[in-house]
Amino acid sequence: MSHAVTSPVASRDLAAIARLRIVPRRFYGRWVAAALIIAVLAWIIAAFVKGDIAWPVVGQFFTAPAILSGLGNTLIMTVCAMTLGIVLGVVFAIMYMSPNPVLRSVALFYIWFFRGTPLLLQLLIWFNLALVFPTIGIPGLFSWRTIDIIGPFMATLLGLGMNQGAYTAEVVRGGILSVDTGQTEAAKAIGMTRLTTLRRIVLPQAMRVIIPPVGNEVISMVKLTSVASVIQYAEILRNAQTVYYANARVIELLIVAAGWYLLVVTLLQIGQYFLERHFSKGRGERRAKRTVKIEEEPA
Amino acid sequence: MSAAQNQADADTAIVTVANVSKFFGDLKALNDVSLSVEPGMVQCIIGPSGSGKSTLLRCINQLEKIDQGAIRVDGELIGYRRVGDELHELTDPEIARQRLVTGMVFQRFNLFNHMTALQNIIEGPLTVLKRPRKEIVADAMALLERVGLAEKRDAYPSELSGGQQQRIAIARALAMKPKLMLFDEPTSALDPELVGEVLNVMRDLAASGMTMIVVTHELGFAREVANDVVFMDKGEIVERGTPDTVLVAPTQARTRDFIAAVLK
Repeated sequence: MSHAVTSPVASRDLAAIARLRIVPRRFYGRWVAAALIIAVLAWIIAAFVKGDIAWPVVGQFFTAPAILSGLGNTLIMTVCAMTLGIVLGVVFAIMYMSPNPVLRSVALFYIWFFRGTPLLLQLLIWFNLALVFPTIGIPGLFSWRTIDIIGPFMATLLGLGMNQGAYTAEVVRGGILSVDTGQTEAAKAIGMTRLTTLRRIVLPQAMRVIIPPVGNEVISMVKLTSVASVIQYAEILRNAQTVYYANARVIELLIVAAGWYLLVVTLLQIGQYFLERHFSKGRGERRAKRTVKIEEEPA
Repeated sequence: MSAAQNQADADTAIVTVANVSKFFGDLKALNDVSLSVEPGMVQCIIGPSGSGKSTLLRCINQLEKIDQGAIRVDGELIGYRRVGDELHELTDPEIARQRLVTGMVFQRFNLFNHMTALQNIIEGPLTVLKRPRKEIVADAMALLERVGLAEKRDAYPSELSGGQQQRIAIARALAMKPKLMLFDEPTSALDPELVGEVLNVMRDLAASGMTMIVVTHELGFAREVANDVVFMDKGEIVERGTPDTVLVAPTQARTRDFIAAVLK
């Protein structure tokens, strides 16, 4: 088939052919697709402009105290829950890979349980923990009423953090497995213990593999905090809802919330770019701009 | 010298391997191997791939666990503590401490990829020996000088050639001030033109009196530097003697065949 459209050429003609003008390929399909997409976008925008949306209300509430405090709570929860999730993820990944069968079983159970049940259900369990444990503490020493300790904030933190930990554990485990066993052997050979090897040699190199998915999960977490609105945690979506229950400007306030989510996520993506660049240290990519790579790393 | 070593009083030996066997599943990687190495000696181990020579080296450094027999390094039984008639397994930190006697150089260099040459060298003294940074940086620079790579102190492994990486790996091992250096086919992963620079560093090291056990295919190096050569095949020591005997006039047919095949 291709013979019909390509041109057979004699070698003595090549010098002459080399001087001919080159016409780049034309991508007509791309033009059509782009035109279609612009049309659809224009239609959606027109719908929003003509629809019953009071844009001044959007502007007015974008920086309203209720919205900003909700945004603050969303960000605080993202940071706290993600920190808890990463700490638990690293701890449970190391336990999972430990030669100790007790630690391994505990990690396996944790991951199984928290990945196997819906987040919403876990949040409700934490929030209603007082039904199972009316008080918590060490009997005889001290105890608190559960209801005083586990309010919306704690329940959300534990729910999101423990759930995140189970996912992050698998990400961290994958990262650790991606580090060549030669690195561990070299560390052992200079007298490092198992834990020092993990901390100094394996985890820093695993970071290169761990950071991109964890970055994605931070971004998911920002949005996942909205689930906590069901257990009365005053994050941005819940506060937006509270406002529109009062003023009936439903779409306007949802647009406000959407705008904030997009803004935060965009900033996080920029941060992730720099973080990834930092952890690609020694892999050639970062320094390749300044120095010529002398030789490929052996496979 | 070699005859004397063979019957050497075991107590002067820095490494004594006694009747060691090692299995990988059904495969017998080492079969009742015994060997002793005196301090200051360069012991080369040659043999076809799969003959167990690397496994023997890795057992001496406890990167592999032996299934039968016993190994003594620098006067200590490795991997176990004797309690009456029982051998108790050592803990991870105890094994790590025992490994301080030996330095190891790998076929694939295994430099820490996220660290510069200098950081690779000071990592052990810093985190394992916990010596003051100032002192160890000075030591590390001296080592870089010694392997001829002082100007590469800030280069990452990915920016170095194989030969340079291996020289840094040797410096990293020496930074721990080991009494014994193990080399596991240190030039097998190198391009032919880079082999010489690594062998030169090893030659200097041997001349400085370091005890070395070298698994290698470089028969020329073995002939020139080794005090004693062992030929292994199928997990057993087939022949042992001076380089001039084993490499030039071997008594065993298997040794002769191997040397003929390598020199071809």
